[in-house]
Amino acid sequence: MKSAKIPQWTGDPVQPLPMADVASRVAAGLCLVEEARSNPDIWALTSDVLNSTGLVPFAKAFPERFLNVGIAEQSMMGIAAGLATCGKIPVAATFGFLASMRACEQVRSDIAYPNLNVKIYATHAGVALGKGGTTHHALEDVAIMRTFANMTILEPADVLETQKVMAAAVAHQGPVYIRLRRGPGPVIYQGELAYQIGKANLVREGNDLTLIGCGRTVGECLLAAALLTQRGISARVLDMHTLKPIDDEAIAAAARETRMVITAEDHTIIGGLGGAVAEVMAELGLATPLRRLGVRDIYAGIGGEDELLAKHGIAGPQIAAQVMQFLE
Amino acid sequence: MTINPTRLHELEDMARRVRRHILTTVHAAGGGHVGGPLSATDMLVALYFHILNIDPTNPQWEDRDRFILSKGHSCIALYAVMAERGYFPVSELITFDGIDSRLQGHPDMARLPGLDMSTGSLGQGLSPGVGMALGARLRNKPFTTYVMLGDGECQEGQVWEAAFVAARYRLGNLVAILDLNRLQQYGWQEPGGMRPPLDDPRRQWEAFGWQVSVVDGHDITSFVEALSTARQESDRPAIVIAHTVKGKGISFMEGDYSWHARVPTDVELARALAELELREVQP
Ligand SMILES: Cc1ncc(C[n+]2csc(CCOP(=O)(O)OP(=O)(O)O)c2C)c(N)n1
Repeated sequence: MKSAKIPQWTGDPVQPLPMADVASRVAAGLCLVEEARSNPDIWALTSDVLNSTGLVPFAKAFPERFLNVGIAEQSMMGIAAGLATCGKIPVAATFGFLASMRACEQVRSDIAYPNLNVKIYATHAGVALGKGGTTHHALEDVAIMRTFANMTILEPADVLETQKVMAAAVAHQGPVYIRLRRGPGPVIYQGELAYQIGKANLVREGNDLTLIGCGRTVGECLLAAALLTQRGISARVLDMHTLKPIDDEAIAAAARETRMVITAEDHTIIGGLGGAVAEVMAELGLATPLRRLGVRDIYAGIGGEDELLAKHGIAGPQIAAQVMQFLE
Repeated sequence: MTINPTRLHELEDMARRVRRHILTTVHAAGGGHVGGPLSATDMLVALYFHILNIDPTNPQWEDRDRFILSKGHSCIALYAVMAERGYFPVSELITFDGIDSRLQGHPDMARLPGLDMSTGSLGQGLSPGVGMALGARLRNKPFTTYVMLGDGECQEGQVWEAAFVAARYRLGNLVAILDLNRLQQYGWQEPGGMRPPLDDPRRQWEAFGWQVSVVDGHDITSFVEALSTARQESDRPAIVIAHTVKGKGISFMEGDYSWHARVPTDVELARALAELELREVQP
């Protein structure tokens, strides 16, 4: 499973997508403020990472509904569970590695198992905290959260979708893991965006093969699709914003209507998006070739976010180059 | 273990060099922590240049004293001290935070020889320290294990789980150091915020059965004395509670939590370096 060297794109570059002018976590914090204006039951909690999670505006707007529990993520999940039993909608915010791993068992036993209405607001997903190094990367969180019954997992691809995800998460009854990034990402959507939990968005039509991304990699898949047109390849791109429950219909359609399915995730290829898609295809008996791109059973190493995405083959040009290799 | 004036002068000089490395490296890398490393600098210099029984040319030496920086985000201070002590060239500091550098944003023992534990996720360092102290005892090894904790970090329950069991096993060869700068990443800075009522670390650690001493963490002489006393008792773990100032040494960073992880601008760097120079000529 360990990868050989990641091939590089040798064709012309394409215009990168425009970047959002606001960091993902900041956008998420502002969306939460909007939700909280009309919903007095929304509370926010953090474990001393108020500024890192973009919750300062929430704390300022609703100081009576905001709690800093100290550097104590496990306790935070338990407190959120308790608040949920009192009819509140607690949003527990911390880094993804802490939400999913430090507080893992509290999330399972105190939140998922009793099916409590807690929203886990997990920032700095994937290699977004690239320079923080391995401890601060969240490359296993989707795999972990996916195994918890009752858990829904949402990962927005850009700012507009973050709004939709926040609104859907608080409206949904039951635990939700919201996977957010650190810095600004590319703009994918403009204008109206229809959004429904569990229903993947088709962001680009194509009939040769399908690229499935989630969060940051949706933009990278779009870039790859644009590059692939240079080689006469028409790639469909799906935004799998709901990692659980996953959209089996969109996956089945992709496997039936195109000749190859490629997943790209800022996560280990074990148990995340690629794993979920593989499970669906295998159980439906769909033998269309599948390739999973992501971090291949190693620790990602340190570096800037973009450097690491390229290093692990999940930046647009590397996705396109690998697709060409798969097709050979 | 006392320190004569010449030696003290050398150590204080070293601390200034380390502070310079911290600031220039974080500035060059465009990322990293500043306040916590500056708070820990004097103690790290005292440890690596005066207290720890170590051999930089043989970082895996079995009998070496162990040191765990549980507040791993402050690693740039540790890297600077290790470089000056000869674990790796000072010129390597510039790679800090760069792609595939050995000097990760949080310490990675699998990459950098001389680190005794990988850290970065707060609250976890004391437990491996307990394991090392038990290992030393079971194998009849003479080394001491030192663990440096942040005060914010002690809000993590695991610290207290480890504190409990260290006393239970009477680990006299385990010494914790609390970098008590009273600030963390955010804390309770907002108006109306307050620290928890039971916020007296001496009483907390004593209640857990530890031997406690309280010193000024920027006064190298008393810090060194406290550590030698700490090691004398053989059947109780010891903690040295060191009162410190976050951002110590740079006037405009001292006591300001916003410098927890902020990169100085060119102008701020120049001002900070000038302050360090100035301090050198003053007695
Ligand atoms: C388990 C965990 N929670 C949160 C963080 C994010 N974080 C890094 S440093 C820090 C504050 C640490 O404060 P303190 O221990 O007092 O250290 P110092 O003030 O000396 O920097 C926080 C919350 C982390 N690294 N690990």
